[in-house]
Parts: sequence; C-alpha cells; structure tokens
Amino acid sequence: MTKTNVWLATLTAPVMIALLLMLGGSPSVVANDQPSAATAEVKIDNFSFGPQTITVPVGATVTWTNRDDIPHTVVSTDGVFKSKVRDTDETFSYTFTKAGTYSYYCSVHPKMTGQVVVQ
Amino acid sequence: MPDKKQDFIDQKLQDLNNDGVDRRGFLKCMAWAGTGLVWTMSGGIPISRAFAKSASKGSGKDAAKGADFSFVQISDSHIGFNKPANPDVTATLQTAINKINVLPQKPDFIIHTGDLTQLSKPSEFDTLDQVLKRASAKQIYFVPGEHDMLSDNGEQYLQRYGKGTKGAGWSTFDHKGVHFVGLVNVANLKAGGMGSLGHEQLEWLEDDLKGRSASTPIVLYAHIPLWTVYADWGWGTDDSEQALSYVKRFGSVTVLNGHIHQIMQKVEGKVSFHTAMSTAFPQPAPGTAPSAGPMKVPAEQLQQVLGITDVNYVVSGSSLAIVDSALGSASSAAPSNGDGVGGV
Repeated sequence: MTKTNVWLATLTAPVMIALLLMLGGSPSVVANDQPSAATAEVKIDNFSFGPQTITVPVGATVTWTNRDDIPHTVVSTDGVFKSKVRDTDETFSYTFTKAGTYSYYCSVHPKMTGQVVVQ
Repeated sequence: MPDKKQDFIDQKLQDLNNDGVDRRGFLKCMAWAGTGLVWTMSGGIPISRAFAKSASKGSGKDAAKGADFSFVQISDSHIGFNKPANPDVTATLQTAINKINVLPQKPDFIIHTGDLTQLSKPSEFDTLDQVLKRASAKQIYFVPGEHDMLSDNGEQYLQRYGKGTKGAGWSTFDHKGVHFVGLVNVANLKAGGMGSLGHEQLEWLEDDLKGRSASTPIVLYAHIPLWTVYADWGWGTDDSEQALSYVKRFGSVTVLNGHIHQIMQKVEGKVSFHTAMSTAFPQPAPGTAPSAGPMKVPAEQLQQVLGITDVNYVVSGSSLAIVDSALGSASSAAPSNGDGVGGV
C-alpha cells in the first residue's frame, strides 16, 4: 500500500477526488496498477432480473441480489453456473472467464430470464 | 358477455364435430353456460360457487346435504414464510385445520396441492407435519409445489410424502368410485416456460386413464394451474393441453390447483377448473400488480383472503360441489344451522 500512497500523493486534487469516488464505488477496479476484475450487479425485483441483459469484460464477477419476498435462483440455461436458492437479500456471484453470451433463468419461476454478455 | 358465450358455443360445436359429444351432453353444457361458465375472479372475497347441476339452484349449503362424501383441499401453506402480510403462517395453517375439524360433514381425506414449505427446509417440513397431525382426517394426499423442490430436486419431499408415487411424485387413488390423479408440474422447469408435466408423466397419465370407463368421475390435482390463468406470470402449464386431451372422453372431470393464492374457476365442457386460496398469504389478481409477489393486506383482513376448499361429491348426480370458505368467514366461527360449509 505504501507504493500506492506515494503514487496518490503526486496526483492533483481534482483527480484525487475523482479517484477516491471511484475507490468508494468499486475498489477492486483501481486499487493498484495490475489489471483487476470488474464487478457488476444484477438486482432481482418483482420477479425480474435487472438489467435483463448486462455486458461485462472478461474476468468480471457478476453479483445477483434477490430483493423479492420470494426465493429465486440464478441458473445458466447451458449448465455453466447454478446458484442455490436465494431468499430475500441473499446474493449469488459468478466470475466470467470466457467471452460469450450466457443465458440464465430462475428455475423456480422460469418466466424470469436474463443474459450476461461477456466481451 | 355475448362474445364469451358465443366462443363457448363455438367450442362446443367444434367438440361435437371432433369428439362426437352427443346432443344431450351439449345441452347440459349449455345449461352451465347460464350459470357458471365465465371466469370467476374473487379478488380475495370468499365466494361459493357450485359447479354441479344439482347445486346450481342453491348455495353451497344445499350442495353439502346428501353428499356421499366430501374432501378438503388446502394449498400453499408456505411454512417458513415470515414476512408481511403474514408473519405467522403456522398459525393460519392451524386455523385452517381447526376449520376443517369442525366441518359438519367430516371430510374423508385432505388434499394438499403444494408449496407446503417456503424454502424446502427440513424444519419447515417438520412444522407442517406437526400441524397436519391435528387434522381429524388422517389421510392426506400431497403434490409438491416449486417451493418444496428448491434445493434437492425434491428428494426430501419424496422421502417424506412420496411413498408409493411415481416419477417426481405422481400418484393415483380411488375413493368411492371417483378416480383421483395427483400430477407434478413443478419439476424440471424450462427457461421462459410455465409449469411442465413432461413427456414421461403424460405417458403415465394416458396409460392410467386408458382402461377406465367414461362414466368414472375424474379429479386431477396439481400445484400450478392446468389451464392458463395468466401466462405473463407463468400461471399455467405448458403441456396441460395434452393431459386434458386424455380426460376429454370422461363425463365429469374436476381439476384442482393452487399456486396463485386466490380462487379462480372455469368450466370448459365437462371439465371444471378450480384454484384454491392459500393458507399463508394472498397474491394479486393477474396483472393488477408489478409481479405475483405476496400481497400485503391489513392484519384484520388477512383471514378473509386465506382459506380452504371443501368438495362434496354426490354419486347419483356424478357431480362435485366445490365450496370455498375463508378462514375468517362467519360460517366457520358459528355454524348456526349445523351446516358450516356455506362460505358466502
């Protein structure tokens, strides 16, 4: 961390503020010089995935949060990933290491479908 | 209304052409057109509606008289659910059981049409068993809801309630001349689809019904409606048409479902469809809310939107009279005329 702090000290104030804001939002993206994993969020509200289609870079970790009063699951249509049942406020994360389009659905309420596009 | 009636007549004429339904059968169905053909949406208000010809003249009270036997359907007890509008679903299930236990005509058995639990947890199944033990009717038949198969593809459900069943829990039994078939439409659901019976179960059903006389009254029960109540919310079963084609030739078919936590009814030819209230929490009428999630109602109204379904069967008329009553309805609290099934 010392190295980072020295580096931060050389930056001008506006850049510092911007950087700190970013640090607050998603620290893994800018914590060091190494290319690090991006993160993305999908919320489950009212029996639907939002956003229904999300585009992320290779290596990104997507986290789903169930905000309904009813349990849901996040299950890849092609068997790539499968969450356990997620009750209210429970989450499921999956890291996408290969480019492609991943369709998924809730196996409890199969009308609920979504897509992760990994580029 | 005229359009619906016309559709019905058209449908009947088509049936005449396709299946050779005789004129008498046609007229009988027409009589139903005047009484209870259209969808009945209760909006959570307890209603009593008799499908049977004999009962169409009076209320459910009359229907119960002289019935050869009765049974009760309960549904969607969701043991483990603890959010608004019902933080204590165990208590409301107990109320339902109490109500069943004081019915003037003792039901021969109970059918639970699924969503026994909220999360398929062993402790939830245990609690359910404890409450159901207090029912005076000792025989209880089950089909699973999607909530009962959440974590293990229904293994635990089958261990507990699936003895002697086939596949994911399909079963049949006969009672006093009526043939009952429990179907499972919550297993292996496909992305974008609704409920599903699956090829294997459909074959099994066809085989089961094949040798039976057309005069045998048939009762099909399953968790998700076997007719499309509202496709946008997945309230239907993708391959139910296939299943219903096997029962077309029978003179009396009753389909009992749960899942949607409200009463809906439809009569199509000789097939009467009916969905039951939940004992746990109400859900909105189709399309009236952003989603099918639990409907929040004031505490004092809760018992008006939860309930049980009492089904009376009269052998002579080959008919089933279905009476829904809310947990909080007056008839259960004070059956003054000794006939407490009238739900209105």
